[in-house]
Amino acid sequence: MEDDTDIGGPLHKFPVTDHSAIVGARSDDQLVRRRAFDRILASYWKPAYKYIRYKWQADNEDAKDLTQGFFANAFEKNHFAGYDARKASFQTFLRTCLDGFVSNERKARRRLKRGGDVDHYQLDFVAAEAELAAHASETALSPEDYFHREWARWMFTMAVDAFRQSCEQSGRTVHFQLFERYDLRDDADVSYASLAEEFGLEPATVNNYLAAARREFRKIVLEKLREITATDEEFRTEARSLLGINDFTTKTQRH
Amino acid sequence: MWLSDDKLNHLRTIVGEPDFSSTKYTFVKELARGGMGTVYLAEDRELNRLVAIKVLNTPEATDDLRQRMVREAQIIARLEHPGIVPVHDVGTLPDGRVFYAMKFVRGSRLDEYAAQNASLRDRLRKFQAACDAVAFAHAHGVIHRDLKPQNIMIGSFGEVLVLDWGVAKIVNTDEHGLHFDLCSSAFICGNTGHGTVIGTPHYMSPEQARGEIDQLDERADVYSLGAVLNFLLKDQAKVSKAAEAICLKATAREKEGRYASASELSLDIGRLLDAEPVSAYRESAIEKVSRWVSKNRFLVLLVLAYLLMRIFFALTSRR
Repeated sequence: MEDDTDIGGPLHKFPVTDHSAIVGARSDDQLVRRRAFDRILASYWKPAYKYIRYKWQADNEDAKDLTQGFFANAFEKNHFAGYDARKASFQTFLRTCLDGFVSNERKARRRLKRGGDVDHYQLDFVAAEAELAAHASETALSPEDYFHREWARWMFTMAVDAFRQSCEQSGRTVHFQLFERYDLRDDADVSYASLAEEFGLEPATVNNYLAAARREFRKIVLEKLREITATDEEFRTEARSLLGINDFTTKTQRH
Repeated sequence: MWLSDDKLNHLRTIVGEPDFSSTKYTFVKELARGGMGTVYLAEDRELNRLVAIKVLNTPEATDDLRQRMVREAQIIARLEHPGIVPVHDVGTLPDGRVFYAMKFVRGSRLDEYAAQNASLRDRLRKFQAACDAVAFAHAHGVIHRDLKPQNIMIGSFGEVLVLDWGVAKIVNTDEHGLHFDLCSSAFICGNTGHGTVIGTPHYMSPEQARGEIDQLDERADVYSLGAVLNFLLKDQAKVSKAAEAICLKATAREKEGRYASASELSLDIGRLLDAEPVSAYRESAIEKVSRWVSKNRFLVLLVLAYLLMRIFFALTSRR
């Protein structure tokens, strides 16, 4: 990376972003803190669960308990308030905390003592487990890259759900259907012309609807990312990482 | 819903791709990605030609970043020189990202060009052309601050173009009509205050590496050009002491020890190419003779041939 242009240095500033759950996690107001934590939990529980299964080779029950325990412990001790954006991305910080937590739990064997079977949060581990079972062969990535990829997959999955809801609420179901048919399904034969015929639209209208759908989808993805980054700098770095600098089919990731 | 890796990559691409729908351009493909912006190949539908479009990488860019892109476009647009790629257009995409369209240069980067086993003489000629483009910018009060082989293009007709003026600094206004309001430039007055490091580690001057923004002048670019020259010479089997001395002088740790300008550096490269004495190196008497012989090889051969013939006739006439 020595040949890459660098704009930074010792006095580089890290302004605070608006609407950040990471910033909310530092609030003195417990309600604000709780809401911020919920948003962090929603964004990270699934990659965390899969990461524990992948890196730590935990069975599904153990991974469930460790995931629940990690987030419960983080909320109880307000760990996320200690995040410093100058040192690493929040994603890296969370993963490091998770490693520390799992390592300690394993060493101390405190899982049962802690009350391992207690569900602190309503998390759909069944769906996560089904995904792992269906795609178990993908094991070429380092644990860090695996975590990053699963996090990105989860971010986009949440964004697709949010986009679907937004379209349904505003009566633009055709927009979502076109987006789903063209951008989400593994259908090599689909084209603007075939969609125009299928939906009874002009090809130019399909083009316009899809452009609008992609614009809104993009906005949703970035809003979700902004929620879980602490500073503008971190947001931009994570956005670059999320939006295509690195191909997830390759093994190398840049954070 | 399960997003396969392919679909995930597809979604990342479509979200990251610039939306040119409100412009006269049609997206073709990505050409290169840098720290601040990505350059795309696009078709100008009105003029029916290909252009290179640089778009800010960052979504929801700050005003600082947007201003920086506009300023970069303005700098390049006003530096009308054959060694500086011309800008055709500047605008804003629907998502607020600033872009500018420039000539699409077909060719290869200087590092790729060097990798194609270009001769030392050709490398020096290209390097001199890059120095001349930088010297032109210096004459107009613009310091590039990120010169490296990756930012120098060799076009398909052999022309040399200096690219990527994204972190350039304007040191003064001049008589040629360049008048930038320094205080409106967020880059100079805002983000890049003293202590900020800008550039590329292998090619930046020591004062740049120390973040001494206020101290930077043309000699910071001279250092980077010296580092580029070093890159061009390092895999060459026979490099003269004069060439090495030029390299050393350009990359002197203290800027007072460097060439005062890119044009001085260019002049020394020209002298080196013409086998004349260079300012960076004091030759011994033997080296002077050797260089003279090397420069006047034909004449020397002619004289030698004449002398040999005279000796031959002298010997044969005695018999």
